[in-house]
Amino acid sequence: MAITSVEVKKIAHLARLDFSEEELLPFTEELSNILNYFKELEEVDTSHISPTFHPLKKKTPYREDEVKPFEDIEILLKNAPEVKEGAIVVPKVIKAP
Amino acid sequence: MDLRELTITSALKLLTEGKISSLELTKLCLEQIKRYDSKVKAFLYVNEEWALAQAENSDKRRKEGKAGLLEGIPLSIKDNIHIKGHPTTCASKILANYIAPYNATVIEKLTQEGAVFIGKTNMDEFAMGSSTENSAFFPTHNPWDLERVPGGSSGGSATAVAMRMGLGSLGSDTGGSIRQPAAFCGVVGMKPTYGLVSRFGLVAFASSLDQIGPFALTVEDLALLLRAIAGHDPKDSTSAEIEVPNYLGYIYQNEKTSFKIGLPKEYFSETLSPEIAKPLENTIKLLEKRHQIKEISLPHTKYAVATYYIVAPAEASSNLARYDGIKYGFRAEAKNLLELYKKSRAYGFGKEVKRRIMLGTYALSAGYYDAYYLKASKVRTLIKEDFERAFKEVDLILAPTTPTPPFKLGEKIADPLQMYLSDIFTIPVNLAGLPGLSLPVGLTEKGLPVGAQIIGPAFRDELVLALAYQIEKELALKLTPPLMA
Repeated sequence: MAITSVEVKKIAHLARLDFSEEELLPFTEELSNILNYFKELEEVDTSHISPTFHPLKKKTPYREDEVKPFEDIEILLKNAPEVKEGAIVVPKVIKAP
Repeated sequence: MDLRELTITSALKLLTEGKISSLELTKLCLEQIKRYDSKVKAFLYVNEEWALAQAENSDKRRKEGKAGLLEGIPLSIKDNIHIKGHPTTCASKILANYIAPYNATVIEKLTQEGAVFIGKTNMDEFAMGSSTENSAFFPTHNPWDLERVPGGSSGGSATAVAMRMGLGSLGSDTGGSIRQPAAFCGVVGMKPTYGLVSRFGLVAFASSLDQIGPFALTVEDLALLLRAIAGHDPKDSTSAEIEVPNYLGYIYQNEKTSFKIGLPKEYFSETLSPEIAKPLENTIKLLEKRHQIKEISLPHTKYAVATYYIVAPAEASSNLARYDGIKYGFRAEAKNLLELYKKSRAYGFGKEVKRRIMLGTYALSAGYYDAYYLKASKVRTLIKEDFERAFKEVDLILAPTTPTPPFKLGEKIADPLQMYLSDIFTIPVNLAGLPGLSLPVGLTEKGLPVGAQIIGPAFRDELVLALAYQIEKELALKLTPPLMA
């Protein structure tokens, strides 16, 4: 197989995903099949080819760094899973000394 | 009123002559939804009260002499484009309760032109898929045969337009997500040149490939919609600074213009189903009367699917990192932050989305970047150069939109690679950033729609529309799904 279940677990951690043990094996097989299919690109000689990351040959446009306040803060907070006193609540990320 | 005769162009005429009001028109479209949406399931969200209020306002504006380009026309919008105050779910559990906090630029523009929004359409989750079966809520059914898929990812939009649930729609196309469902549902759909239409307010999937585009019943309608949504937007750094032509005027002026049309031999190979080849051959025969037709070669076509399924997931894995359960979207109960991220994403994303995030993360990870992402980006250059060479010889390219007619629900869902290969004729256009359009050219023996694809050079979208208009007039098909008859 092009990829092992150990590697799949590692990639899942990097991607902040979680797979159960039952999901892991079929998923590893599927990914392996797809990665094997990608191998056909190896037959293309790209030794003198530069990559295309973007279809437009456009430079990043610049603008003045001016603050434009977003008017509807309320609607943004409505989408937050947990809000307290106008702030989004998150799990504690610092340990007590 | 015979709904089958109704298009944006014909409705605008009736509205101008005072023979119908936007309120009546909107009610007709809402009636279609009530009658047929339980069968086809094109919509994730319909808001009748909102639609009727917009229509009433439109009628007022028209009375005051302030009619826009699309004044009073009911449209549906794919559920990955923001309309302020209404849901944008991307057909995902992770955004099931999300309310758009602002308007996409295309929505601002359509609003300025007087359009009436009736609802949000179903799609493959985060636009990842070719059948609309990856919607986390329910699949959409093809209006020509309810056992078949409408295509994807904008399957809801294509179905809605085919069933006159709204006279047009907006979708997004990253690898064929407008053109393929348009072909499967017998409507016209266009992916404009990358950079022609602002992507501000479109939920990002693969940023170097995504493009918003219109669905309609006729090429004239498509030209009107494109004119309304195109143009430079400082809020999208990839938006091109170009003058937007009057597409409708252009296609009328070029009703009889002869073009040099290329037929790429790699698209007319043994992978093409005879059911698709036949109506295409008939169309080509008709075109030979006015146009110069020649065979061309796009030699790197066969590598497009592999290239795309490295590039698009790589970009998606980065774009979808924002769904972390913190600021918006689904949040799982968890003991600590890491667990919160993992559990929220594991529950919130569906199978295909996870598959692509994994592929993308793998292709970008240390030790594999060169072999996958960099390699694919180099092959992308070769695919782009194939088209550049071709457009030195011909004005436009004519090709099939899909290798097969619409397949059955469940037929390909268990085999992701087979599903990916169904995009083989549409993907190269996104990799190269070109305009592509699909229009119906006939029906198979089983009565399923067949689409032809027209591809043009970058920022020559008007040429693509002009040829499509000629073909449409020549064929005079007038397709209505049997479900409606």
